[in-house]
Amino acid sequence: MRAVITVVGKDRTGIIAKISETLYQHGVNIVDISQNVMEDMFAMVMLVNIDKCTVDFTQLADLLDKDGEALGMKIHTMHEDIFDAMHKI
Amino acid sequence: MSMINTKDILETIKMIEEEHLDIRTITMGISLRDLASDDINVLADKVYDKITRRAEKLVSTGEQIERELGIPIINKRISVTPIAMIGAVTNANSYVPLAKALDRAASATGVNFVGGFSALVQKGFAKGDEILINSIPEALAETNLVCSSVNVASTKAGVNLDAIGLMGRIIKQTAELTKDNDSMGCSKLVVFANAVDDNPFMAGAFHGIGEPETVINVGVSGPGVVQSAIRRAGDCPINEVAEVIKKTAFKITRMGQLVGAIASERLGVPFGIVDLSLAPTPAIGDSVARILEEVGLEVCGSCGTTAILAMLNDAVKKGGVMASSSVGGLSGAFIPVSEDEGMIAAAASGALTLEKLEAMTAVCSVGIDMVAVPGDTSAEVISGLIADEIAIGVVNSKTTAVRVIPAIGKKVGDMVEFGGLLGSAPIMPIATGSPAKFIHRGGRIPAPIQSLKN
Repeated sequence: MRAVITVVGKDRTGIIAKISETLYQHGVNIVDISQNVMEDMFAMVMLVNIDKCTVDFTQLADLLDKDGEALGMKIHTMHEDIFDAMHKI
Repeated sequence: MSMINTKDILETIKMIEEEHLDIRTITMGISLRDLASDDINVLADKVYDKITRRAEKLVSTGEQIERELGIPIINKRISVTPIAMIGAVTNANSYVPLAKALDRAASATGVNFVGGFSALVQKGFAKGDEILINSIPEALAETNLVCSSVNVASTKAGVNLDAIGLMGRIIKQTAELTKDNDSMGCSKLVVFANAVDDNPFMAGAFHGIGEPETVINVGVSGPGVVQSAIRRAGDCPINEVAEVIKKTAFKITRMGQLVGAIASERLGVPFGIVDLSLAPTPAIGDSVARILEEVGLEVCGSCGTTAILAMLNDAVKKGGVMASSSVGGLSGAFIPVSEDEGMIAAAASGALTLEKLEAMTAVCSVGIDMVAVPGDTSAEVISGLIADEIAIGVVNSKTTAVRVIPAIGKKVGDMVEFGGLLGSAPIMPIATGSPAKFIHRGGRIPAPIQSLKN
């Protein structure tokens, strides 16, 4: 099962480092990353595989929410299914 | 998804974060037809037991899905077999104990409403129907989460004018019994023509007699998303506006389909339908009236309102139909006055009148909805209002309904405050000429001819 993690906020150092550390610690594999910095706004979308995740989905989302708070950024962790449903026929 | 499409992903997040995209309700329909006892208190316990057993995991499952998909699911609700049919097996002369059992079951399961304190009397009253209807005022005054509805007409059966006369009096009594609360009981009471069996929305939801034992129905929302999409489309012909609405409705409905399918699988309950709805809330940016204004009205209620609403309603259905494997319920744009920030403003300023609202209901879902009128409005005038609205539904083969609040002690210009999703409403003026002679005739208006359509 795959999830999409989006991170939006003011650019700073250590964003990807902090989030990938959390993912690594809980057995989440990063499948793809796309990021943009427009002026000083940072937007990253990460596709991850959570089959071997050591905590359940809501715990993972909570941990990433905490990372977002520490970074001063908004992080959404959502199942891939919702994007497929809305944007693919 | 093999590759990340950042634009699509950010669009979805923007819809949820900024444009109030949400699932309005997951409603579990539960049949109560296997329950019987001639002792109403025994029956009430059976009703409570069955609902709490079947819906035990509804709220927690809904919350889990909400968390995983990142999409808010605002309401989790239950609808049941019309209680008049269940109550009829007892020898009781009031079904208030059944309403209280529903209320307790709703509290125990954590849902925010239970619908189905209902009777279907389009062609006449069977044993239980009048008992139920006469129990409505007390039932709504003494419960918090119970919703009630009465179907008084259908295109095939015609209009039960006796029932409409009775409902005028019942609405007044309900208003009186809940007058300390702005006559709020009336916000949980709907009078229908052509009521549907699989409506997930309150206050009119009940579990119809052709439905399976249990079922999951989903209602989507998204007026803010539609309004933003129209704004982005800019200055373009109306057919292009319709296209934009269709595409947006498709996306919204796909989300409802996904949530319904997941809920159905996890609860082990068949998936019924997605209701292709545009359901407003009193929040800024979640209003159907503001969509109409975005298309090009100075204010909702201006000339042109009905035409735009007709286009909107049609485009929502066209976009939604392909997005779901099974569509049903009320399906259309709702125009409840108190639950829509733009409607409240338009009604308060006098731009939107009751007569214009009535015209609007001919082209959308569902009817004269959450409209507050002066508390001294007579029962016959309310019955007349119901009769007019019901006639529109019966002749046009569509569902129409009246949910009107004669706010005791209030007059035109005052406001009533219900709070939460039920919102607040200005007291609107209503024609005071008496239809008493017509209403007191009683009897049945024959079913309308279905050809020679002019």
